[in-house]
Amino acid sequence: MTSEQKGWKEIPIAGVCWRPATDYLTGDWKTLKPVRDKEKCNKCLICYMFCPDGAVTWDPEIEDIGFNLDYCKGCGICAVECPKKAIEMVHE
Amino acid sequence: MAITKQNLLALNGDEAVAYAVKQSDVDVVSAYPITPQTIIVERFSEYVHNGEVDTEFVCVESEHSALSMCLTASATGVRVFTASGSAGLALMHEILYVTSGARAPVVMAIVNRALSGPINIHCDHSDSMVERDAGWIQIYVENSQEAYDSIIQAFRIAEHNDLLIPTMVMLDAFVLSHTLESVNVLPDETVRKFVGTRRIPLVRGHRGKLVPFKLDPENPITMGPLDLYDYYFEHKRQQEEAMQIAPRIIKEVHDEYARISGRKYGNGLIEPYRLEDAEIATVCLGSTAGTTKTVVDQLRTKGIKAGLLRLRTYRPYPVQDIVNALENVEAVAVMDRSHSFGAHGGPVFHEMRHILYEASIHPQIVDYIYGLGGRDMPQTLIHEIYRDLQKIVKTKRVEKPIQFIGVRE
Repeated sequence: MTSEQKGWKEIPIAGVCWRPATDYLTGDWKTLKPVRDKEKCNKCLICYMFCPDGAVTWDPEIEDIGFNLDYCKGCGICAVECPKKAIEMVHE
Repeated sequence: MAITKQNLLALNGDEAVAYAVKQSDVDVVSAYPITPQTIIVERFSEYVHNGEVDTEFVCVESEHSALSMCLTASATGVRVFTASGSAGLALMHEILYVTSGARAPVVMAIVNRALSGPINIHCDHSDSMVERDAGWIQIYVENSQEAYDSIIQAFRIAEHNDLLIPTMVMLDAFVLSHTLESVNVLPDETVRKFVGTRRIPLVRGHRGKLVPFKLDPENPITMGPLDLYDYYFEHKRQQEEAMQIAPRIIKEVHDEYARISGRKYGNGLIEPYRLEDAEIATVCLGSTAGTTKTVVDQLRTKGIKAGLLRLRTYRPYPVQDIVNALENVEAVAVMDRSHSFGAHGGPVFHEMRHILYEASIHPQIVDYIYGLGGRDMPQTLIHEIYRDLQKIVKTKRVEKPIQFIGVRE
């Protein structure tokens, strides 16, 4: 047990979360990460809509997508759903 | 505070419970019928139908769903009641733990009925005894008057912000549930004032702010998500801490209620009966205590120093109260209305002997398993137990520490 973990007197009752889910970098679960072929990608945003963790990002300034690897669990749904086969899952 | 003027009604135990719930300003009731609890829910659904209560009554398809419904309703911060017993309670088993772990102060009436098989609808305590470890407060009542009084108290106890422990009130099948009794009921407004509205404590939510401990779209919180080896143990430790505080709260609520109703049940945790100078005593829960008190009175007229200790609260277990009440008694017989097969006696006996191990002087303690499946426990059999105790005191020897009484050989 690490020293950062709180004792029973400090934490809220009943398992109420006292930190937001974004504090937990679930991206470290993955063994595969998405790699996009920018030539094939037509920015249709299907991957953005299908990602269960909201780890596909859209930057309106540069009008391009990206992957937030802090939260990408490497499930590969984006790669399967991509109509252009522009995403490949590769070992980290 | 003066004792409130009350109405005397003819109610059976189930009706007394339903009446108490009706007066306690309950927001949600969800239950599934099981004999001998059915009358509670039937009466209450009549109150709902007649518009006598402002309660949402949710019909469900099983007890598992009934308690799940109650748990989630309670998580929104409202007052919730349900009732069950026997196989119905067994089907709730999983959700009992979820409810206590979620600190949802649901109040439940249990009409104690044997567990199958063979199938049996009559009284014993095997259904609630197996749930003693589920993290609920357990109160066993002696008569229908106490059932009425205890249900009202249970809302105050369960919802106390230092506790937030779901509470079950046990009454014996048929002996209480279906037997008409004179029950004094308080005026509606007195009960409503006593129970008040449910108060909600603050917890630190995921946005780092203190927010009300309830599911509320305005202040969203996440309750009871995955809790592994890193924090589950801490949450269980918190539950135990609340249980350690519970005896004090149970006593306080009991005393406050006594001041308005004029009715006391010992100190709210245990009820000693003619124990001060007793040499021999029995220990029991529930309606058998009524019969035993009569036997004790008969023995006392013959100069036999007999007494009784009734456990009203079984969880939390009132350790020091029991030790103080029994340590000067020479021989004690525990009456267990359930059995743990293959164990050394019944569950009440286990803990009774266990805690007295630490007492300065300990009495001889024996166990009598009785009344399984509604088998009657008449005065004659209770006299037999006291005769055995007299023999133990005289000979200073226990021949059979565990016996089954009232069963044919």
